[in-house]
Amino acid sequence: MTNENNPSAPPQTAVFINIGERTNVTGSAKFKKLILNGDFDAALTVARQQVESGAQIIDVNMDEAMLDSEAAMVRFLRLIASEPDISRVPIMIDSSKWSVIEAGLKNVQGKAIVNSISLKEGEEKFFEQARKVMRYGAAAVVMAFDEKGQADTADRKVEICTRAYKLLTEKVGFPPEDIIFDPNIFAVATGIEEHNNYAVDFFEACKRIRTTLPYCHISGGVSNVSFSFRGNDKVREAMHSVFLYHAIREGMDMGIVNAGQLIVYEEIPKDLLERIEDVLLNRRPDATDRLLEIAEQFKGAAGKKQEVDLTWREKPVRERLSHAMVAGLDAWIEADTEEARQLSDRPLDVIEGPLMDGMNVVGDLFGAGKMFLPQVVKSARVMKKAVACLLPFIEAEKNKSAAPAEAKGKVLMATVKGDVHDIGKNIVGVVLQCNNYDVVDLGVMVPCAKILEIARAEKADIIGLSGLITPSLDEMCFVAAEMQRTGMTIPLLIGGATTSRVHTAVKIVPNYDGPVVYVPDASRAVGVAGKLLSRDSKPAYVAEVQAEYTKIRELHARDRNTGKRRTIAEARANKAKIDWKGYEPPVPAFLGVRAFDHYPLAELVPYIDWQPFFAAWELRGRFPDILKDPVVGEAASNLYDDARVMLDKLVADPKLFASGVIGFWPANSVNDDDIELYTDGGRNAPLETLHTLRQQMHRDGDRANLALSDFVAPVETGIKDYVGAFAVTSGAALDDLAAEYKAKNDDYNAILVKALADRLAEAFAERMHERVRKEFWAYACDEKLTNEELVAESYRGIRPAPGYPACPDHTEKAALFRLLDAEAKAGIVLTESFAMLPGAAVSGWYFAHPDARYFGVGKIEADQVADYAKRKGMTLADMERWLAPNLNYDPVKRDAA
Amino acid sequence: MIDLSPANRAARRAAIEAAAKQRILVLDGAMGTMIQRLKLTEADYRGDRFKDHPVDLKGNHDLLNITAPDKIKGIHRLYFAAGADIVESNTFSSTSIAQSEYKLEHIAYELNVAGARVAREAADEFTAKEPNKPRFVAGAIGPTSRTASISPDVNKPEFRNVDFDTLREAYKEETRGLIAGGADLILIETIFDTLNAKAAIFAVDEVFDELGYTLPLMISGTITDASGRTLSGQTTEAFWNSLRHARPFSIGLNCALGADLMRPYIAELSRVADVYISSYPNAGLPNEFGEYDEQPHQTAGHLCQWAKDGLVNIVGGCCGTTPDHIKAIADSVAGVKPRVLPARERRLRLSGLEPFELRA
Repeated sequence: MTNENNPSAPPQTAVFINIGERTNVTGSAKFKKLILNGDFDAALTVARQQVESGAQIIDVNMDEAMLDSEAAMVRFLRLIASEPDISRVPIMIDSSKWSVIEAGLKNVQGKAIVNSISLKEGEEKFFEQARKVMRYGAAAVVMAFDEKGQADTADRKVEICTRAYKLLTEKVGFPPEDIIFDPNIFAVATGIEEHNNYAVDFFEACKRIRTTLPYCHISGGVSNVSFSFRGNDKVREAMHSVFLYHAIREGMDMGIVNAGQLIVYEEIPKDLLERIEDVLLNRRPDATDRLLEIAEQFKGAAGKKQEVDLTWREKPVRERLSHAMVAGLDAWIEADTEEARQLSDRPLDVIEGPLMDGMNVVGDLFGAGKMFLPQVVKSARVMKKAVACLLPFIEAEKNKSAAPAEAKGKVLMATVKGDVHDIGKNIVGVVLQCNNYDVVDLGVMVPCAKILEIARAEKADIIGLSGLITPSLDEMCFVAAEMQRTGMTIPLLIGGATTSRVHTAVKIVPNYDGPVVYVPDASRAVGVAGKLLSRDSKPAYVAEVQAEYTKIRELHARDRNTGKRRTIAEARANKAKIDWKGYEPPVPAFLGVRAFDHYPLAELVPYIDWQPFFAAWELRGRFPDILKDPVVGEAASNLYDDARVMLDKLVADPKLFASGVIGFWPANSVNDDDIELYTDGGRNAPLETLHTLRQQMHRDGDRANLALSDFVAPVETGIKDYVGAFAVTSGAALDDLAAEYKAKNDDYNAILVKALADRLAEAFAERMHERVRKEFWAYACDEKLTNEELVAESYRGIRPAPGYPACPDHTEKAALFRLLDAEAKAGIVLTESFAMLPGAAVSGWYFAHPDARYFGVGKIEADQVADYAKRKGMTLADMERWLAPNLNYDPVKRDAA
Repeated sequence: MIDLSPANRAARRAAIEAAAKQRILVLDGAMGTMIQRLKLTEADYRGDRFKDHPVDLKGNHDLLNITAPDKIKGIHRLYFAAGADIVESNTFSSTSIAQSEYKLEHIAYELNVAGARVAREAADEFTAKEPNKPRFVAGAIGPTSRTASISPDVNKPEFRNVDFDTLREAYKEETRGLIAGGADLILIETIFDTLNAKAAIFAVDEVFDELGYTLPLMISGTITDASGRTLSGQTTEAFWNSLRHARPFSIGLNCALGADLMRPYIAELSRVADVYISSYPNAGLPNEFGEYDEQPHQTAGHLCQWAKDGLVNIVGGCCGTTPDHIKAIADSVAGVKPRVLPARERRLRLSGLEPFELRA
């Protein structure tokens, strides 16, 4: 929650506006393909990503010959209107066809920008369109284009813009502040002499227009300027940066720019910068040739490793420290820090001076969407290493000097009892530290009493709770209730993969009178903490969040009463219709369990699904497209490179290996929803009963109310069926390795190792499932699937995991682990919340029937829960507590066992 | 007979503008609440003319402009007598779109003419009695029951049950009727979807073009709850950025909230809008029977405080308010200086759901 519902919050303001260009079919091949394929959902994701990564306005363009552009514009704008995350920003309606623009204007409630109108077809048309733009309540881009054509020289640009300005303000009454001139950016260095002055003409026109035509603005499509260097992204990006540097100084205040691909002006290699400026400023006749001369050496360098530029090492130490922070380079940090310390009066000055300066730049760039999480974490690593060098000196000096700079506040963070997942929490911790918060991280599996005790002892200003598995949700409610009981009032932040705004509002907030705020990702944490700790903004912010959560609770209460539901008896009557007659279940190669310890990590690497890895770092997008993404591509590729290096290291380390165990048992479903496992092929001696949960939503037509037991032959068919199970981990040693990095103040590698460990565990589960299909259960011996197909799960059979949608009850892991003897055979233990330790572990069931598929049980009703508790021999209260996230009713308050 | 001559129109406009400079203007209170008190029957609504109309008409308050004009005029008189400077015509639902629910879309124009006329007749009576305090009619344009920005079907977010041009046509017809009936101002009110309001503004501008003159335009939005947003999701400032191109006489808020909850949003509008601010809240929030309990002195207490704090230029009441409320409000703001229009720097100000500003 960062949006200011607060009525007195200031609007987003800016001095230069980056207009997002990725929802433009003429500018993005990817977007064009999505629209042409009618995949508007994915197209919306593109829009959302743009806004998330900092676009302040989004440009929407549907000018494509194969499209009904008007219809596409209307549909897309209407879809955007129903996505508050996207529609919070203004829209630029971009088309060369007036009819498309007008269709767009009829579908935005905000004040939009029309792109564009011009004098191209004479004054009459211009007046008519300008009046309509006003009447629809929009601002307009006005192209420097008249009856004679597009303006190329400075004089022509100024002449047309001046004429248009006069006509608009004097004849039409158009507000001058709503006029945005586009004086045409043309390609330079084309080899054609007349083009050499195009950039200079643009700069000069900017200056003259902004000084003579009050209140107007200037925009342009920057990428045009470098058109002759297509294929050489490094040079193009540098040209764009240099162009903007000069244009902004002359008054350009808006641009369609790919912000993610701009390099900082100061970071452009000196020789390249000089030659680009020669071209753009038309400083010498051979400028183009000289740029071409050196352009080749940069070719293909963008995004890839390039020759390491060490010129920054020659700068004064202060600048070196700042540079190292912003660029995330830690190779020289210790030497530089020591040098800086010797030059300073006090060791603390190094922290408060160059290091904080650098961190502030990082914070600003991150806030502006110009740096991404992996880069920030790297910068934080540099900071921590530098601080570690200084600490002994600071300690030594403490007796004689004043206290160190005051932190903004103390945040206590913990992954709650029973849960071991902490990647997200660690990232939040790092980001908060970067922003000068004091972070006390209690680690994982932290009991409530300890959280409260340390919060008091440390005088924490905020408590942050994290958790990934669903039972943690309940533990968070408990912590909130305990905070209330013990009279605490400090804010409570909630985060982690299974947490949600709705859960926070509906389940956690009622337990605690202090502020409770759901934080969806690390980038929001700083804003939330800042508002909660500011005396000025806290009351309004808290009131705003409370109001929002109250609304969510009301909506939630309303939602639940709607919709037809099925009783468990009705649901069972509508179970999956599988024709068992003639079905011959495949027979596993062995019965009982088989352990795989010392499983080589190298074998798992090809099975890694990378997309969740990037998601863990808050980089959203499909792999491998994300590596070339215009906004996050650079951050993603650097992260990927680091991950591959780390992976090579892990794979090569003989001390590291994965371990797992699988097993198969004769099995039949009984009483619709249970699965009975037998010790022997004769099926006389029951070994274990698995309990499954059944969907109770209303189903139309043929769609069944599924339970996993439906995929196992019922005992009364007499068919000899089987069920399998597995538990795998990429190894506890990886946790130790992460801890080692952390101890060395290297959060970046610590998080990297953990994220890779998770991926390797998933890859192991995928690989093992493949071997089960091909070797051990051998029902798909000739299956040949690519990794993408594996990820897309386009194979026969499923491996659902307890605690996930098809079988949301975590307590079934008890039976799973008993059957597999997973602790002894694979070194995986269960916590009291049924989380697995080590955390990078996956376990689940195998079902082989061709109709078996993944599904979500969804919400369940009291009748099923009562029956389920009875089948499992648990009290109703306990059962309701474990299934809390799935209940479609509020359980009667009972004293929990 | 009411005077619709250009000279009279110009004089009345000058009088409104002069009055707004001098004092805080008072709007009327709820029409619906007062009509309910009359306990009218189906036959009363139908009158003679619609006695064979195929659908039930009870509850179609706007129809009373034609079938029981004296009753409506009586309510207008009560509000003028209570101290209102401006009454709203009883035309909240007089678009063809809203009237189609009663199968009366064909009389939309006539409803507006009649609604504006009875209000104007009442106004002229009071102006004649008290020439020092001229009374005016705001031709009320409601939101219709449909939204151009929101899909009524959650599974089809791109679907709309009304579009900009359909709204625009309906609003044009309504505007023409209101002006023909003698409205002094046009009031686009209870806006919960800004796109509907943009269509209304477009329509009003087109009618002004047709006529060759303009009337002062009042705009009033509705912040639906404590989230501080309109139903279509805009914050107050974003709402203003979306509509300021209309260059209205006033912008403000009405309905949904009582005065206590409305204050922060009025304060926000007052800060950002360089036109007059209007505010006519409900008499608190409805109780569990849907009735409004807030007493006249309570509503007046809030509004008087806003007036003293320099937040408002025009005050009145919406759902649940009565002539007693209006009298209490009029008495409490009498003599309080109206808000002075703030000068705002010229800047490019855009909006999505949230405002955006480009610094110069």
